[in-house]
Amino acid sequence: MKKIISLLLVCFAVAGLLSMGGCSKSDPNTPVLKVYNWGDYIDEDVIAIFEEETGIDVIYDTFETNESMYTKVKTMGASSYDVVIPSDYMIKRMADEGLLAEIDTSKLENYSLISDKYKNLEYDPDNKYSVPYMWGTVGILYNTTIVDEPVTSWTILWNEKYARNIFMMDSVRDSIGITLKMLGYSLNSTNLDHLKEAETKLMEQKPLVLAYTADEVKDKMISGEAALAVVYSGDAITCMDPDFGNPDLEYVVPDEGSNLWFDAMCILADSPNKEAAMKFIDFMCRTDIAAMNRDFINYSTPQIEVFESLPEEIKTDPVQYPSDEILEKSEVFADLGESIAYYEDLWVRITSG
Amino acid sequence: MKRLIKITKGAYSALIFAFLYAPIAVLIIFSFNESKSRGSWGGFSLKWYESLLQNSEIMRSLFNTLLIAVLASLIATAIGTAAAIGINSMNKRIQNAFMNISYIPVLNADIVTGVSLLVLFLFLGIPLGRISLLLAHISFNIPYVILSVMPKLKQMNKHTYEAALDLGCSPLKALWKVVVPEIMPGVVTGAILAFTLSIDDFVISFFTTGAGVNTLSITIYSMVRRGVKPEINALSSIMFVVVLLLLVVVNIRSSKDVQKNNRHSSSNRSIGFR
Amino acid sequence: MRKSRRLASLALPYGVYALIFILAPLLLILFYSLFYQGSQGFAFTLKHFLKFFDFSEPVYMKVLVRSVRIALVSTVICLIIGYPMAFILSRMNPRVRNIVSFLFVLPMWMNFLLRTYAWMTLLENTGVINSLLGSLGLPPINIMYTEGAVIFGNVYNFLPFMILPIYNVLIKIDKSVVEAAGDLGANFFKTFTKVIFPLSLPGVTSGITMTFMPAVTTFVISKLLGGGQNAQIGDLIERQFKSVGDWGFGSAMSVILMLIILVVAGFMNSYEKDKSAGGVLL
Repeated sequence: MKKIISLLLVCFAVAGLLSMGGCSKSDPNTPVLKVYNWGDYIDEDVIAIFEEETGIDVIYDTFETNESMYTKVKTMGASSYDVVIPSDYMIKRMADEGLLAEIDTSKLENYSLISDKYKNLEYDPDNKYSVPYMWGTVGILYNTTIVDEPVTSWTILWNEKYARNIFMMDSVRDSIGITLKMLGYSLNSTNLDHLKEAETKLMEQKPLVLAYTADEVKDKMISGEAALAVVYSGDAITCMDPDFGNPDLEYVVPDEGSNLWFDAMCILADSPNKEAAMKFIDFMCRTDIAAMNRDFINYSTPQIEVFESLPEEIKTDPVQYPSDEILEKSEVFADLGESIAYYEDLWVRITSG
Repeated sequence: MKRLIKITKGAYSALIFAFLYAPIAVLIIFSFNESKSRGSWGGFSLKWYESLLQNSEIMRSLFNTLLIAVLASLIATAIGTAAAIGINSMNKRIQNAFMNISYIPVLNADIVTGVSLLVLFLFLGIPLGRISLLLAHISFNIPYVILSVMPKLKQMNKHTYEAALDLGCSPLKALWKVVVPEIMPGVVTGAILAFTLSIDDFVISFFTTGAGVNTLSITIYSMVRRGVKPEINALSSIMFVVVLLLLVVVNIRSSKDVQKNNRHSSSNRSIGFR
Repeated sequence: MRKSRRLASLALPYGVYALIFILAPLLLILFYSLFYQGSQGFAFTLKHFLKFFDFSEPVYMKVLVRSVRIALVSTVICLIIGYPMAFILSRMNPRVRNIVSFLFVLPMWMNFLLRTYAWMTLLENTGVINSLLGSLGLPPINIMYTEGAVIFGNVYNFLPFMILPIYNVLIKIDKSVVEAAGDLGANFFKTFTKVIFPLSLPGVTSGITMTFMPAVTTFVISKLLGGGQNAQIGDLIERQFKSVGDWGFGSAMSVILMLIILVVAGFMNSYEKDKSAGGVLL
């Protein structure tokens, strides 16, 4: 018995050693594509379809914030990923630092299916580095059984009535950004007076906050853990889902305006599999696939055919496709350059002080 | 009075056990939950055990975890056992120096071990992935192997090895035939300890792994933040039962050993100690 | 002599391994904490340590104090809960106590992240415990996302580390010593305070070390149960390496954490030596 066990162990070890360098699949010639995406930001069945259609093996990892993705990509260098899906300001920063490879969009069959509205935006003027994936807003998700007043302003997050009943985002840019917005400043402000004021505000708010969260906020809001939460629009829709969500939840983009964001697919400059990466990006733009993803994660799609096929009530749903009025008041994050260090320190002072 | 004391004792123990086992009970119960939500009970179901096998994310990380644990514990046991024999034959001063170094990873905070290894791998240009993970696991495993083998060597009669040499054994043969069998219980304990430490490790793996190479702990960590998939509950219930059975077997065996050798064996107790 | 030198060479692979993978990483951390990469190579700097010990902006020191406080409270609670348990355990008959002590180790085989996650399910405002309390007409406990929750998580995860070392020492205490105390007229209370407890101190000190160390360095428990606003020093280190990318500052905090561990280990060690040097009975 003992001998059999040790024999098995040795076999396992040898097999393992052989597969050590590459991937776990036996054929070393299978191309491997490493994709790094936000948590809960894809219908994972899509990956299986891609693997089946192309024979490319996909390794799929997720991150929680743009900053953690950036740091991981930066520290890991060449051994990191092929495709990443960051947001606007981070795409600019990564492109400026030479971390991203140029994408020849003319080689993407389905690129024309992306609406021109979402192309050539400020963060990537000629779409040299990115292909739009999803877009959305940041807003307040609230539980109507606890909040009975109309929610129109970010200031409700400072209302003592909701002490220990508020979830804030544990995300530097988002949380400081909405505070700046509430104060009437740009959410890209690097003016120290503005930031000091925002810091004071966030400090005031701290005793009211139940927790600074990331993806887990969805579960918590569905189960009714808190009255108010700052969330991304798609997550809000997931939480409000009539089948497995909570029907008492509502989402609103406050009147002061908010953050309008775009996430787009990029290829890392060090990627050894640029061809496979292009295939993946093209695949993700395909109508059936983009529709699967949209149905699964509920974010707003830049893909024309998917949008057209949506039922009218979704197309006009102010949560998923907000009015131009709201969009006009909202801003896109800009890369802050050196000032981001001040933001980081400020955020540590808020959460850890 | 005596009865009262007995009842108090029993109640106290029961409370502590309830405290220790409550979350495990929750996990096991929810692994049979028909509904996906962890808040509500939707009836008994085995479906998560079925879909577990189809979940490539979990199966991949299970494979990585086992692979790293087996390799790291085997290599660490080999290097560590040799090291213990070597260290044991040195003079006191060098022995102390070696033992102090061995205590570093044991005492040091996991997070410091993790980040320092991360910095080292990047400094040396070792790509982050299975290789770096394996190297990291070996390095925190070896000291535990040394620490479990050392006491056995100390108990051993120094002269048996020399006697074997005098009787014409080659050094290698003498080691193999005389020393190794004598310290075997320590070696086995060390190997099991290394294996379980590897399986259980989260912090050091978290810092030293690379793109797409996740161990179970890392996968669980990312799920804990997003909502744990019920398949994980199923998998941990299975692992729990397997460990339970294994430990029962080991314990029965070692208590037989104790009776046989009539000697105090600490092997069963030292398992699970960090 | 030659024989032993040949044996000593068996330690060579480990020596090399330890040099590269145990010592070198720590030296690198120390290096990164004290040098920064300027335009002309590396230059010496104390800025990372000054940032940590900045008295005009004491946020990092606050975190340090919080880490130590959380760890201390957790350790004390573990001791208060754990000692009686270890004592009860040591008084059981050997067959039973082997099984019971085994039951203490068993939960540690389930991934600690999952166990902590399960506690979240239990402790939430809308969680299992509060629904039970609610159905009994009792007021809910709102413990999630507080420092109390972090301490709770620590106590849960590290309690076995307190119980087992104490238990291991208690079962080795010579029964005749305890009986002698009784024969000499000491009641239970006296026997305990004068004989059993002093004899169990080595177990208590190693229990304290084994509980305090992980509690002061953890970063996951505070993250999961503390809701992002009860950060411990481990959280800050993780943040520097995983999100901010400031290795220098992260390394400096690692060095500070190592120093704390060294001080505690040295303190507990000397305490243990004093005790045994005092030669209590055995």
